[in-house]
Amino acid sequence: MLPGLPVSLGVTVAAISLVVLLPLSTLVVATGSMKGAAFRAALASPRVMASFTLSLGAALGAAAVASAAGLLIAWVLVRHPFPGRNFVDSLIDLPFALPTAVAGITLTTLYGPSGWLGRPLEALGIKVAYTPFGIVLALVFIGLPFSVRTLQPVLADLDPEVEEAAACLGASRRQIFLRVLLPKLLPAWLTGFSLAFARGLGEYGSVVFISGNMPMKTEIAPLLIMTKLEQYDTAGAAAIATVLLAISFLMLLALNRFEAWSANPTGRAR
Amino acid sequence: MSIEVRGISKQFGTHAALDGVSILVEPGEFVALLGPSGSGKTSLLRIIAGLEQPDAGSVHFHGEDATARDAKDRKVGFVFQHYALFGRMTVFENVAFGMRVKPRANRPPESEIRRKVEELLHLVQLDWMQDRLPSELSGGQRQRVALARALAVEPRVLLLDEPFGSLDAKVRRELRSWLRRLHDEIHLTSLFVTHDQEEALQMADRVVLLHEGRIEQIGTPDEIRSRPASYFVREFLEIS
Ligand SMILES: Nc1ncnc2c1ncn2[C@@H]1O[C@H](COP(=O)(O)OP(=O)(O)OP(=O)(O)O)[C@@H](O)[C@H]1O
Ligand SMILES: [Mg+2]
Repeated sequence: MLPGLPVSLGVTVAAISLVVLLPLSTLVVATGSMKGAAFRAALASPRVMASFTLSLGAALGAAAVASAAGLLIAWVLVRHPFPGRNFVDSLIDLPFALPTAVAGITLTTLYGPSGWLGRPLEALGIKVAYTPFGIVLALVFIGLPFSVRTLQPVLADLDPEVEEAAACLGASRRQIFLRVLLPKLLPAWLTGFSLAFARGLGEYGSVVFISGNMPMKTEIAPLLIMTKLEQYDTAGAAAIATVLLAISFLMLLALNRFEAWSANPTGRAR
Repeated sequence: MSIEVRGISKQFGTHAALDGVSILVEPGEFVALLGPSGSGKTSLLRIIAGLEQPDAGSVHFHGEDATARDAKDRKVGFVFQHYALFGRMTVFENVAFGMRVKPRANRPPESEIRRKVEELLHLVQLDWMQDRLPSELSGGQRQRVALARALAVEPRVLLLDEPFGSLDAKVRRELRSWLRRLHDEIHLTSLFVTHDQEEALQMADRVVLLHEGRIEQIGTPDEIRSRPASYFVREFLEIS
């Protein structure tokens, strides 16, 4: 055993318990005190259901877009040195560093009906602010760093000679990507996707300004939690929160299972 | 099939890695490209394979100009110093790769692929390793897989960049004579990079001596030993 392991293990467990488990357990306790019927009733209203559909759909869509764009950005940053690369690289973290409310206000100003981009887009018939599209846009902004930052180290680790070897064997660029690169990138890519998704599902600050929060149309689940809390409907809020938590948890669990499986590709490739 | 390079030059920034290099490798010949570190050996090999574009000069296979052709269309077998195997594929799949990526029209059927891979693994004496991953092999075994993989697409010529460079002396000597025997069996035109003069003089039909991007001497091992063309050759080969 490593020296100091019991101590560091203890600190880790204590920290995780305090920071993650304790708040979560109060949630479970709050929900657990509800009767099954009350729990179902709290979720069954059309307004709650609409918010779930919206939040899930927007988070999935945004995670997909962020993953695709993230791969492109990470690829360029790692493989194609260009002047100003370091500057662009540091910009990637901006959505992490920015208070989410600031991000929300900025996006709303930019894409609002009279904003720099909002006005020309609206002239083309594309509405961004106060639509689900705007929500996806805000979540892409928030999710992008997860995708870029998980892919970057894996891409930097790839040996270009392996791709050259594939080319000498007659593989096209497409075949090299699908058969050689993708299997290596997939775990990191999915990690980035899940993190962006989990973050997007719970994202509040950057979304509420641009979404307009119209019940049944652009009202996301986390906002509904806030609304319920303001109305002293703690149980209703906890029920929604529990569902969000369960979805995020299942997602991360599935990811974990996949990674364990892909770390040991059972011998044969096909 | 012959390999010919004519007047190849290549600059990296202000540094001339290759400066007017011309070589003709005859069909079936085994030629060693010898020179100190940084003399341009790898650059020349990569240009022949189409992995790098020359600033001037041309590359010909069988008299046919291939300078503008993509690496994937040159049918050149390339063996890298650090193996460059596909880490997530088994030995079998590594060797099968070149056949699997062929356009559907001339892709061999699965049974044919299997037969070919097994034949090649037998040739490189690794029949019993086909289900292993590259990470489960020794360096010498990996390099033999890399060789089988390159041979699987029936290349017109074979280029080897210090294939035994990262192996210990004993394994290296074994593989050296094994590779020479293999060449005498299959007679594939081969260009072999090394910075080890003993290796070059012992294995090759002819040796090309490269120094700072230029050719110092081309000749059979005997010619080079008995009539070194310059002070540099004499020094480099430690001929007294
Ligand atoms: N991609 C590159 N960018 C810049 N310079 C390069 C590049 N590749 C090679 N060079 C330079 O070109 C010269 C020749 O390099 P090359 O790799 O061909 O040498 P080599 O003979 O293979 O040496 P070694 O025996 O060390 O492998 C060296 O001075 C090297 O620094
Ligand atoms: Mg080299």
